[in-house]
Amino acid sequence: MDKSGGAYWKATLGLLTKILIVWFMVSFGAGILFADWLNNIHLGGYPVGFWFAQQGSIYVFVALIFIYAKKMGEIDRKFDVHEE
Amino acid sequence: MDLQATIYLAVGASFALYIAIAIWARAGSTSEFYVAGGGVGPRINGMATAADWMSAASFISMAGLISNMGYGGGLFLMGWTGGYVLLALLLAPYLRKFGKFTVPQFIGDRYYSKTASTVAVVCLLTASLTYVIGQMTGVGVAFSRFLGVSNETGIYVGMGIVFVYAVLGGMKGITYTQVAQYVVLIFAYTVPAIFISMHLTGNPIPQLGLGSDLVAGDMSLLQKLDSVVVDLGFGQYTTTTAGSTLNMFVYTLSLMIGTAGLPHVIMRFFTVPTVAAARSSAGWALVFIAILYTTAPAVAAMAKLNLHTTVNTAVATSGDLYAVESSIKAEARPEWMNRWEKTGLLKFEDKNGDGRIQYYNDKTENPEVIAKAEAAGWKGNELTVNPDIIVLANPEIALLPNWVIALVAAGGLAAALSTAAGLLLAISSAISHDLVKGVFNPKISEKNELMAGKVAMAFSILVAGYLGLNPPGFAAGTVALAFGIAASSLFPAIMMGIFSKKMNKEGAIAGMLAGLLITLFYVFAHKGLFFIKGTEYLDLIGGPNSFFGITPEAFGAVGALFNFIVAFVVDKFTKEPPEHIQHLVESVRTPRGSKAVDGSHAH
Repeated sequence: MDKSGGAYWKATLGLLTKILIVWFMVSFGAGILFADWLNNIHLGGYPVGFWFAQQGSIYVFVALIFIYAKKMGEIDRKFDVHEE
Repeated sequence: MDLQATIYLAVGASFALYIAIAIWARAGSTSEFYVAGGGVGPRINGMATAADWMSAASFISMAGLISNMGYGGGLFLMGWTGGYVLLALLLAPYLRKFGKFTVPQFIGDRYYSKTASTVAVVCLLTASLTYVIGQMTGVGVAFSRFLGVSNETGIYVGMGIVFVYAVLGGMKGITYTQVAQYVVLIFAYTVPAIFISMHLTGNPIPQLGLGSDLVAGDMSLLQKLDSVVVDLGFGQYTTTTAGSTLNMFVYTLSLMIGTAGLPHVIMRFFTVPTVAAARSSAGWALVFIAILYTTAPAVAAMAKLNLHTTVNTAVATSGDLYAVESSIKAEARPEWMNRWEKTGLLKFEDKNGDGRIQYYNDKTENPEVIAKAEAAGWKGNELTVNPDIIVLANPEIALLPNWVIALVAAGGLAAALSTAAGLLLAISSAISHDLVKGVFNPKISEKNELMAGKVAMAFSILVAGYLGLNPPGFAAGTVALAFGIAASSLFPAIMMGIFSKKMNKEGAIAGMLAGLLITLFYVFAHKGLFFIKGTEYLDLIGGPNSFFGITPEAFGAVGALFNFIVAFVVDKFTKEPPEHIQHLVESVRTPRGSKAVDGSHAH
């Protein structure tokens, strides 16, 4: 891979890392590890830990994939490796 | 119109639609047969993926499981959706760029080895075949319960329908029928949920209803449910975890990795025209899946509350649940209970002979509950409810009109058939493309390969039907195994093939085998060698769940970790992959130059 190819891959991995951190935080973090603690807070009739496990993490997952698709498109164009 | 006739009409109309689509979408080339010609838009593919993914288990069983498990059931919701993030970020776009028909072909080419692709074929066939058994039994069950025909007839009809559109149309026929099936199943799932949410909370959106106050009384729905189930000796709904926090963590991770590694799902992303489309298509798939998956927990909690309200009149009045008058009289139980008792999914046994139904947790360790039950003269729980009822009988429990019940019947069949078709395609393409063309007869003409694909498909349907008719005793445990295999063998091999340029064939093969074997070893220890009863060897591993309390269903992530470690160690001591493979990895990583998916094995 030439120099710009290496930079492209580095930018990609950077984006993946950021998204996977959020992915981990909402599901394993808020939905499991900190669920008990978050259950002290309420969102309408939902205890927040329970909400993350059964609703919230799914909404965040959907948003994450679209953010990823959009940002990857930008990275592709920046390094000029996008599809025609 | 009576209920039976309405159901026949709904199911018949949906089947006619699938067949019409099949005739319209016939496959004339291998490209159409394996990847629907490669020109499917990201939204359409997302919708087809959602139907492909949501099986009889998602449609019929999941809400019931959550209903029983409470908060812990969230592991299915997070696991089966979070996997799409992994799929979108780590696998789908790169495999699309690679641009070949099947998953084993990627593994074979990337690891420059027919052994590697053959190992992948074995993993794929095991995972997909175990999965398809569940779908065929699901078809039989749905038919027998709703249409009043025998299980066998149901499976034959199901086989016939799948045969028409899968053999004629391959991926092309399957894609467009899956779109239709998605529409049927999502209406079938959400319509009753909207009715019930409206009825209980006044909010028509189930996702909001679950977090709202009840129409009757001034409590929130979840508060009410918590107080009722705790009072009856069950675990608190919003906090009861699945085993332990560690087990729930690992189980969720296993389902995520397994979801991302299931070949019949990955394959769907070969049908889109570009790498960018593969990325956004995963997002659309998850949107369509999320509609059902965020409704399911509402269905679970509301059905549970409805059920308790039905059998104990004090639930609605917030009176004493243990008062004599509170338990309903057995003879006055609603008609739907009688109907489902005939199927054996609902059982009532008057243990204390008082002619009333007591539904509570008699295994509780809560001394208060034990004392109250004793004082009331309760002699054990008298109602056994199979979790599958929660969705299937939900409209009846909530007293919804007949057409809603008919819709649920058509939806359950759509969910089972669409997943079965996707799995059958994964199986038949592994046989015709990876084995027949890849290993035995590389010079086969396109026309003959297409024929081989159709024959393999017909053969797979017969095998799946046979297994559905004669379900091996292990049918129940097998879906967990499919996820375990996908997580421990296929996912790590594909991921390393993309993210590690230096991973070589020795490492990948050793990793796949190690992950697969350790997972099988742990599962078989609990469930018996090849699920044969009496061959469990729990003593050998030191008792059930001996690995940090992790259940066998949750073990896939551990298998995957094992796969990664073994692969990297073996890779260190063997020679690095040839130059052209490292170039192949570089080209897979960049979108530029993506082309139509094809089947050639040369590079």
